[in-house]
Amino acid sequence: MTATIIRAGFLTTIQDLGRIGSRQFGVSVGGALDTHALRVANLLVGNDETAAGIEMTLGGSQLRFADERTVAWCGGGFDVRVPAGHAAMMSAGEELIFNQPKTGCRSWLAISGGIDVPLVLKSRSTDLRASFGGFVGRALRDGDELSLGKRRRSQTAATEKISSWSASHDWSSTAKAEPVLRVLRGADWDRFDASAHHALTSGAFIVSPDSNRMGARLEGPELRRNDDVDLVSEAVAPGTIQVPPNGQPIVLLGDCQTIGGYPKIAHVITVDLPVAAQLRAGDRVSFREVSLAQAHRLLADRERDFNCFKTGLSLRQ
Amino acid sequence: MPLLSSRRSDSIEITPLGDSALIVRVHDKVENAREDSANEVLGAMGRIEEAKIAGIVELAPAYATIGVFFDPGKVIASGIEPDLVSKWLSDKIHEALSQRRRHKADVRLIEVPACFDSEFAVDLERVASVSERPTSEVVDHYCAAEYRVACIGFTPGFPYLVGLPKELTTPRRATPRTEIPAGSVAIGGNQTGVYPLPSPGGWNVIGRTPLRLFDPTKDPPAFLRPGDKVRFRAVTRDEFERSTS
Repeated sequence: MTATIIRAGFLTTIQDLGRIGSRQFGVSVGGALDTHALRVANLLVGNDETAAGIEMTLGGSQLRFADERTVAWCGGGFDVRVPAGHAAMMSAGEELIFNQPKTGCRSWLAISGGIDVPLVLKSRSTDLRASFGGFVGRALRDGDELSLGKRRRSQTAATEKISSWSASHDWSSTAKAEPVLRVLRGADWDRFDASAHHALTSGAFIVSPDSNRMGARLEGPELRRNDDVDLVSEAVAPGTIQVPPNGQPIVLLGDCQTIGGYPKIAHVITVDLPVAAQLRAGDRVSFREVSLAQAHRLLADRERDFNCFKTGLSLRQ
Repeated sequence: MPLLSSRRSDSIEITPLGDSALIVRVHDKVENAREDSANEVLGAMGRIEEAKIAGIVELAPAYATIGVFFDPGKVIASGIEPDLVSKWLSDKIHEALSQRRRHKADVRLIEVPACFDSEFAVDLERVASVSERPTSEVVDHYCAAEYRVACIGFTPGFPYLVGLPKELTTPRRATPRTEIPAGSVAIGGNQTGVYPLPSPGGWNVIGRTPLRLFDPTKDPPAFLRPGDKVRFRAVTRDEFERSTS
């Protein structure tokens, strides 16, 4: 059965955890800009964590469910009658609206059964630049009908309209009023002078409106290089902070290109990608340096907690 | 806090790219990296793949480097301490690169048909003027050369080709175009390439190929790959139209 997109909103796309294995062909990984949020939402509704969901940007979205489904969402400060991180039962014909968020800009909605679109290069994510994958390779429009996968038997046995239990607040509501991104030094750290290092780790930057799923452009102190060597392009990753000739850093996000030739001054750590995914024009963002060991410990802790959460849910369902 | 970067006597340098990837640099001289590295990079990629190191998710070659993407969670779950993840992985990669390659991939020679009709070659006059040669000579020189795919990136399937005759070097356009048609053959500085998909771009468009260089329904989806030798064969407008019908 289906879910109808009555109003698509600003930018709404089908995304899963990204397209892995095709970087060598120049294909962006893409996927939910906060994969962790989608994994949590998927588990809340009884899906496999890799199921495709709906990424909504800046609100204005309205959906209607043709049959009974469990839904859950995680992400920014959206105004929704189902709170973030809670599983909720939608009856046949019921509608759900995501109004403009007060903080942050993106949310990820999981629906029991998952969004049923074909796999392209092993993923259901939408590649907007190359126009393939997801819902026929484009953003959703008013009136689109989404096929949903079959619900698992356990997903139909809920007793509450909105679950009294929920995922932790940290995982459900990921937008911060004054975001701080923890970073590792990049390979080109030493190509920048001391004032640039200081500006990056002690200053603040404003998110430019010229930001999108490829990256968040920041405005602030100019990060000056020591040299002007023309760098050969090499692989980049979501979280990589590139500095083009104008000295204004760009935090790359999921739809970034696979390679880049701008110097890489630093990288946002994986556990802070959810914060980066909420950056919205006008936000004031700052950075703090951490070590690689710390980054890995934080990731290990999060995955351990996620596995406990997964086990806990499976006992309920 | 120092950057963890490991280097061995074989001049392979491994540097972190955030917490979930590493850059393996196989060529010492960055300045020559575009020209000489294809064989070394392909060989290194093959050896890393054959080693089947736990936790590696995928490899992304580019000129003289290979991006190694991994899942720190998987490495930690296999018993490695969080503080030692990158060192363990670097060591494993160095070990793999010191092995003899079991299987060597053939170098392919690919012929790419290209039509240099004026409608498809909006910047050919510019290239001719910069090189101070007639357009017919530009096309002849361009097609006489043998190119090598040094990197696939920028957009899906986009090949960065080295081997452009020096006299055809043409700087990028000051103002990029908002849309370059799919199949466009173009020159950017001393590199050349083909746009598989319509995209914005600042390179000088000199022709168009009827070949589909990227198809997400195919395996592999990209027609060209790093290390391929490429020659362009000039075709008439008629032949171009017949190929695309």
